[in-house]
Amino acid sequence: MNRSITTTLSLAALIAATGCMSAPPNLDLSLTRPSVANKYVVTLQPPATPAAINQLHSWRVLLASTAGAPIAQAHITVDGGMPQHGHGLPTRPQVTQELPGGVYLIEGMKFSMTGWWEIKLAIDSPEGADKVTFNTVVSETGTGR
Amino acid sequence: MRRLQSMTWVLGSLMAASAALVVTFAHAAPREPVTGADRWSAEDKAVLASLSLKRLPPAPVDPSNAIERLPAAVALGQRLFNDTRFSRNGAVSCASCHDPQKQFQDGLPVGHGVGTGSRRAMPIVGAGYSPWLFWDGRKDSLWAQALGPLEDAVEHGGNRTHYAHLVAEHYRKDYEALFNAMPRIDNLPRDAGPNGSADEKAAWAAMDTRQRDNVSRVFSNMGKAIAAYEKSLQHEPSRLDRYVDAVVSGDPATQGMLRANEVRGLRLFIGKAQCAGCHNGPLLTDQQFHNTGVAPRDAAKPDRGRAAATAKVRGDEFNCLGPFSDALPKQCQELRFMASDDPALEGAFKTPGLRGVAQRPPYMHAGQITTLEQVVRHYVAAPHAAVGHSELTHRHAGGAAGTHAERAPIELTDAEVADLVSFLGSLSTDRQSGSAAP
Repeated sequence: MNRSITTTLSLAALIAATGCMSAPPNLDLSLTRPSVANKYVVTLQPPATPAAINQLHSWRVLLASTAGAPIAQAHITVDGGMPQHGHGLPTRPQVTQELPGGVYLIEGMKFSMTGWWEIKLAIDSPEGADKVTFNTVVSETGTGR
Repeated sequence: MRRLQSMTWVLGSLMAASAALVVTFAHAAPREPVTGADRWSAEDKAVLASLSLKRLPPAPVDPSNAIERLPAAVALGQRLFNDTRFSRNGAVSCASCHDPQKQFQDGLPVGHGVGTGSRRAMPIVGAGYSPWLFWDGRKDSLWAQALGPLEDAVEHGGNRTHYAHLVAEHYRKDYEALFNAMPRIDNLPRDAGPNGSADEKAAWAAMDTRQRDNVSRVFSNMGKAIAAYEKSLQHEPSRLDRYVDAVVSGDPATQGMLRANEVRGLRLFIGKAQCAGCHNGPLLTDQQFHNTGVAPRDAAKPDRGRAAATAKVRGDEFNCLGPFSDALPKQCQELRFMASDDPALEGAFKTPGLRGVAQRPPYMHAGQITTLEQVVRHYVAAPHAAVGHSELTHRHAGGAAGTHAERAPIELTDAEVADLVSFLGSLSTDRQSGSAAP
């Protein structure tokens, strides 16, 4: 009984200490996801070394059909932001290169503070238009996985 | 909905209870041995460490300014910075509004050069870390920034050929040691420039392209020397740095480094007051643009801030991609990937760094708020923005249209406001910041 009160209080203290601005605890951080209308399976690859806050970095997108076949010549636009702060990405990242095997390079990514960020991709190809949203949590040491 | 409200209430009550506990502990045990280093959790310590000046890396190299690290450029830049001849009335230098004795600002709500400006003079130390200069980021380098006020009608009020003549007459040797030989300009009008009076513009238009380029080159090189000087200025450690370094290293002797009310304020700053989201890192700024609903100085002239500035920086002849830049186009990543169509940029201004903040009222982009207490209360009040939408959530908003229901309102008691203001004083330094780098 005592123990559960202590736990509740420390949880409350933690919530208070972080000002309710922590990422939701059940946030789906998976980096491979089906797109909203299930037209694609999309994998997001963060930079090899976690990017520091306020530095530009590049990500990769691996685009495949639901059957797993790589999708070439897709048009991908990048958007996102911090749902808990009501602002978008500090930069306007762009897909600057298409690499073999349905791989696309996103340049110009930047996170300006710690916390929960959404990365939203709008995809268009002969397979159709679809969207997918990834969650990432940026900590003091870089992007969470 | 009702369930959500009651959950919010329960969480709110728990928060209040736990905050009260924190305050009670802090009040009850000021003399207690601080082996727990003021009871910071591992997560807190990581955030505290991120604020330390020791974590500040060297300022990023500006590829558009090839001379920024040369000592001779720093020396020339310092002289230009303080030379009042570079103005219409011979009485205004950069140092007039960016006084080295006042953290390189002037303590006034809006700048006073040869006329009266519309925005607050910003401090200069640490400005080299920002990809965007000015409150609205309409310049993309320190050197391009330095050129703006020189040609502004209410700041220095001068013009390009006037400045080029002054450099040729008074700084030729130092200039030529850093840059190429001074071009021939003795045959050019005394007063001509693309941003001056009608006469000055006409005189500028009458010059040929090569003459205009030569003068603009001298002008841009002045900016590069001034930028070299500005970038050499360093922050001095504050009491907060000493405290944080002791806490992070596990040094039990933190007692007395910060007073109990300052420690409580620090806890609020990184916690429920939500300051450290935008005021993050060793400079206490995310270097980005936010609309927090600060009322315009003149209600008849609302200021669009960043939204009106992205086209200016993209079209600036002195930007990273322009003819006077030393950078390769591929090095101009910030400009290349600049956000310009985000509705959140409407009425948004750059987050100012907070080092030394208690010593430089008034506050906000046009000095609208007189005291730090009023600043903190502004974030609690969370007023609607006159232009665009404030990112802050009003405590009675309840998820109404146009608000960000996910963001918790900032709710602070009077005592907490006082603690936060006390804490901000710990970011001051005993010595004047702005000493040159060793």
